[in-house]
Amino acid sequence: MVKDARKTVQRLENDDKRALRDGFGDGMLILGEKDPRVVALCADLTESDRLVAFRGKWPERFVEMGVAEQNMIGVAAGMAHAGKVPFTASFAVFSPGRSWDQVRVSVCYSANNVKLYGGHAGLTVGEDGATHQALEDIAITRVLPRMIVLVPADAIEMRKATLAAARLKGPVYLRGGREKQAQVTTDETPFEIGHANLLRDGKDVTIIACGIMVREALLAAKELAGNGVEARVLDMHTIKPLDEDAILAAASETGAIVTAEEHQVIGGLGSAVAETLGAQYPVPMEFVGVKDTFGESGTASALLDKYGLLARDIVAATMRVLERKKRGGKMAGFAPSGKDVRKLPKAATTARKVAPSKQASASAKSKAGTGGKRGKAKRRR
Amino acid sequence: MEDKELAIIANGARQDIVRMLLEAKAGHTAGPLGMADIFTVLYYDWAKVDPQRPDWEGRDYVLVSNGHICPVWYVTLAGRGFFPKDDLMHFRKINSLLQGHPHNETIPGVENSGGPLAQGLSQAAGIALALKRDKKANRVFCICSDGEHDEGQAWEAALFAGHYALGNLTLIMDRNNIQIDGFTNDIMNLEPLADKYRAFGWHVTEIDGHSIPEIRKALASADKAKDRPTMIIARTIPGKGVAEFENRFEWHGKPPNEDEAKKALAQLAQERQRIEKKSGWGRW
Repeated sequence: MVKDARKTVQRLENDDKRALRDGFGDGMLILGEKDPRVVALCADLTESDRLVAFRGKWPERFVEMGVAEQNMIGVAAGMAHAGKVPFTASFAVFSPGRSWDQVRVSVCYSANNVKLYGGHAGLTVGEDGATHQALEDIAITRVLPRMIVLVPADAIEMRKATLAAARLKGPVYLRGGREKQAQVTTDETPFEIGHANLLRDGKDVTIIACGIMVREALLAAKELAGNGVEARVLDMHTIKPLDEDAILAAASETGAIVTAEEHQVIGGLGSAVAETLGAQYPVPMEFVGVKDTFGESGTASALLDKYGLLARDIVAATMRVLERKKRGGKMAGFAPSGKDVRKLPKAATTARKVAPSKQASASAKSKAGTGGKRGKAKRRR
Repeated sequence: MEDKELAIIANGARQDIVRMLLEAKAGHTAGPLGMADIFTVLYYDWAKVDPQRPDWEGRDYVLVSNGHICPVWYVTLAGRGFFPKDDLMHFRKINSLLQGHPHNETIPGVENSGGPLAQGLSQAAGIALALKRDKKANRVFCICSDGEHDEGQAWEAALFAGHYALGNLTLIMDRNNIQIDGFTNDIMNLEPLADKYRAFGWHVTEIDGHSIPEIRKALASADKAKDRPTMIIARTIPGKGVAEFENRFEWHGKPPNEDEAKKALAQLAQERQRIEKKSGWGRW
């Protein structure tokens, strides 16, 4: 059931610029005071994940894990089994990225009360490049039974999410980020796991966003209003359990949905919303997110621009979805393309065969030979 | 408990393992038979556990990281009264208590879900750290295998337990030298194992995993090593007690058929008679 948060939203341009990770650090400090069972485990990223203050105040409740995310999750599971409420912290690409099997078995299947903070998620980690840009973490966490997946919009909401995670018994994934941004919510904004926040109402279309894309969604809604389109904006901070009521109400009342996330479209918020709508109330949908590709180095803003994650991209998606809504949900001029969709990228073997013709040396030829053999072996598998 | 009494219980456990695997028509044979002596000593003589209160706060924690050897865990827990022995005959079947790999949530006495290897080691270390920081006296025991030390996580956990000087943690390695594809030292050489653990800051002791006095002695030495974790490398014979199964890696992951089980049970019954007649305890 949606929470009306319209009166608590900040001005879109404000000076309160903080990153999601700052909210995590704030939340952990409050938890440290409130709940002696809370412990923090960190895989050599204490400053990056904003746990320096927690470590300073409660060294006996902080566990430095070194660069070992798999062990970190297992140790956290053990500490939970012994009565603690462990929060693990790393970058999302490493945990839950590297530690997924441990999260699956030692935490979720074992019903251990572990909270995972996946920091520096999304493209906005920026210059570190694709290896460090987690664009799959929502997908790999929400697929796990029992896992609760929270993707807060700003530092204020992250602080509340951290506190809410500790109150719940069971695994929770908190998705954090590095880049400072203007805050969207305020202390007064409601936060309840599983309840979307209504940040702006509209009758023409609903933009469902999570994480830093919530602010972009509000910017888009403002621009759309200038063009006579009234967009509803939902802050879907909880990806799982998904607020199906809010989604179904949005679909039936506005008739078109755009989702926006700093994550692969495959398996993320958009997929979750589509699963609900597909089964219960199909309406035209558009997805703003990363389209099955890796990121690259660059500033956060340059990346959001290049990969189509700005308000302007949400506006464009909204115009497309409104066009389809007008046509009664049918795609414009849809016809089979005739393209052979089974065509896969050219195999490495083909590339190797080409190589020796460019380089006539014997060594290149012999390399190509082994390459060919390897290729055959692969095909047999 | 007398050594002889424990030996008889371990022999009974082996017979139960054979029966339950025959009934299940699936499961692992070699590891469970090889570990019957150690499980028996741990649960009947050494670890503080209360079958009536599996979650008793004062208990010692016993984890099994190589979850596939769960038949011996289940047989031992049932023997100690954690759940009815009837459940053993439903092992691996639909709607049954005893899953093919252990599930902590549903099975009384099972402290950790296991199967994906090395995960138990980290969990055991986590429990040990939590207890140590709370200055609690409970001990943590974790059974693991040699083959699972191919996993990187095993070494992450070893490094961690050494670093945090977890004196309340004892690992017992089922050093039976086999894994699915063959002998461990052919598949991925682990030696020198004891030196490796020593280098990681552990107290290491190597024993005959079928000698009840040696098992007890090793556990006692673990209690004394308060400043660091203990690794007991227990040399065991996979398939122990049944000539046809012993030391053959083919028996890692398959159950006996009716004929094989019959022969196995006959051998184990003979073994029991030998135990009862034998005096002067050590290895038999």
